[in-house]
Amino acid sequence: MEKQICGKVIHVNEEGYLTDLNEWTPEIAEELAKEYDITLSPRHWEVLKYLQSEHKNNVPLSIRKIGKSNVVDIKEFYALFPQGPLKISSKIAGIPKPASCL
Amino acid sequence: MKRLVILGAGTAGTMMANHLHKSLNRPEWEITIIDEKEEHHYQPGYLFLPFDIYEPEDIVKTIDEFIPKDVHLVRSGIDKIEADSNKVLLSNGDVLHYDVLIIATGAKIAPEEIPGMQDEAWHKSVFDFYTFEGSLALRNKLREWEGGRLVVHITEMPIKCPVAPLEFAFLADSYFKNKHMRERVEITFVTPLSGAFTKPKATEALDHLLAEKQIHIESDFAIERVDSINKKIVDYGGREIPFDLLVTVPTNKGDECIERSGLGDDLNFVPTNKATLQSLAHDNIFVLGDASNIPASKAGSVAHFEAEILTENILRFIHGEPLKEEFDGHANCFIETGGGKALLIDFNYTHEPVEGTFPFPGVGPLRLLKESRMNHMGKLAFRWIYWNMLLKGTHIPFVSATMQEAGKEF
Repeated sequence: MEKQICGKVIHVNEEGYLTDLNEWTPEIAEELAKEYDITLSPRHWEVLKYLQSEHKNNVPLSIRKIGKSNVVDIKEFYALFPQGPLKISSKIAGIPKPASCL
Repeated sequence: MKRLVILGAGTAGTMMANHLHKSLNRPEWEITIIDEKEEHHYQPGYLFLPFDIYEPEDIVKTIDEFIPKDVHLVRSGIDKIEADSNKVLLSNGDVLHYDVLIIATGAKIAPEEIPGMQDEAWHKSVFDFYTFEGSLALRNKLREWEGGRLVVHITEMPIKCPVAPLEFAFLADSYFKNKHMRERVEITFVTPLSGAFTKPKATEALDHLLAEKQIHIESDFAIERVDSINKKIVDYGGREIPFDLLVTVPTNKGDECIERSGLGDDLNFVPTNKATLQSLAHDNIFVLGDASNIPASKAGSVAHFEAEILTENILRFIHGEPLKEEFDGHANCFIETGGGKALLIDFNYTHEPVEGTFPFPGVGPLRLLKESRMNHMGKLAFRWIYWNMLLKGTHIPFVSATMQEAGKEF
């Protein structure tokens, strides 16, 4: 389905996750972050860039893995993206929600 | 003479030994397969053992009986792979040179990754069912358990057979109903993901099962530790979930020999081309089954489809031809839902499980993503297929290595 954001039309799935990372821009990330009352700081951006690069390398993400990444520890990850940090940060980064096969 | 070495005689390695023994030129090539174990386990049976549906003898055979006579079976642990000099160092001190190496060392649980998981409560009130020992200990516990809070838990992805924990919860519901004690058991399913189902079509088709079976869901739970004294699991955000009986799927990791060889990622899975199954670091190393890091499910059916494609790619590699980028992540799994019913799902890298018919488009006889008794019979029949066809590398009629799109409702 389509979503209008920052004057652009982007493609998202039923839960609002971008289906094409190429449509992602920093402005879109800022708008998506607002939906969770998050204002993106330089630390947020570092985490988002890391998530995008792991996704491009087909690396499955987990909170523990991110905690061991040397980019952010788990406590700070929760502080940056409260209430389900992995699924919220994934959405803002424009990558799919971590999923199982079913 | 040239030598092809297979590391691991589990599902994936055994299938490859059978495929290659038929298709590699003899006597130009010698095939050696290495495993320290004596027994081959039908791992899907670990799901049924706790509920007294299978007995241990249903799921254990010897490794020997599935390895062709002219393939050398070396019974030793693997110390490490020296990929730059094409050598495998064995725990028994021997050194094996290879021309082509297939890594099929699988994945296993690593409960030591989570503080408190493997302390004195391990296999007393905290259980896994991804090992024979764990599954059998859990059977004995369930036989005498009088009820309380059963928590079924996934630590983190990726895990082998990602739907097995949910199947466990469904079968537990049936088991306690049959024992006339369901009202004394509270079943909670705890997942690090956003729900028991994470794909839109599956959620729509199957979410009702959870309510019907009164399975309570706790999602987005990233476990930090097990507090076995106070019988609760605690997540990084401070959430706590109490249990009387914890059935957990610990972190899954690749074999330690991969770490010792410097060939793995931080979970010891080998970076692998997801379409050709060739290792990203070394041209003459191929990776099959759970040992790789490809974004397909870690499941026997995936290894089966991979094996058909990898056999062809190894022959191409040996003849200096370009590899086929053919593997599409195809998986095909029966999923127990309890009460003598099961689902069947068929999917790949790009297509999530959807409704439809299988294997014949529009005909079936099996229905995809729908509960039925026939699918349950299929799951039980699959054990025979595993021992008699799958391991021996026999093609299963009408089921192609890549996913078929016809007959599916995308």
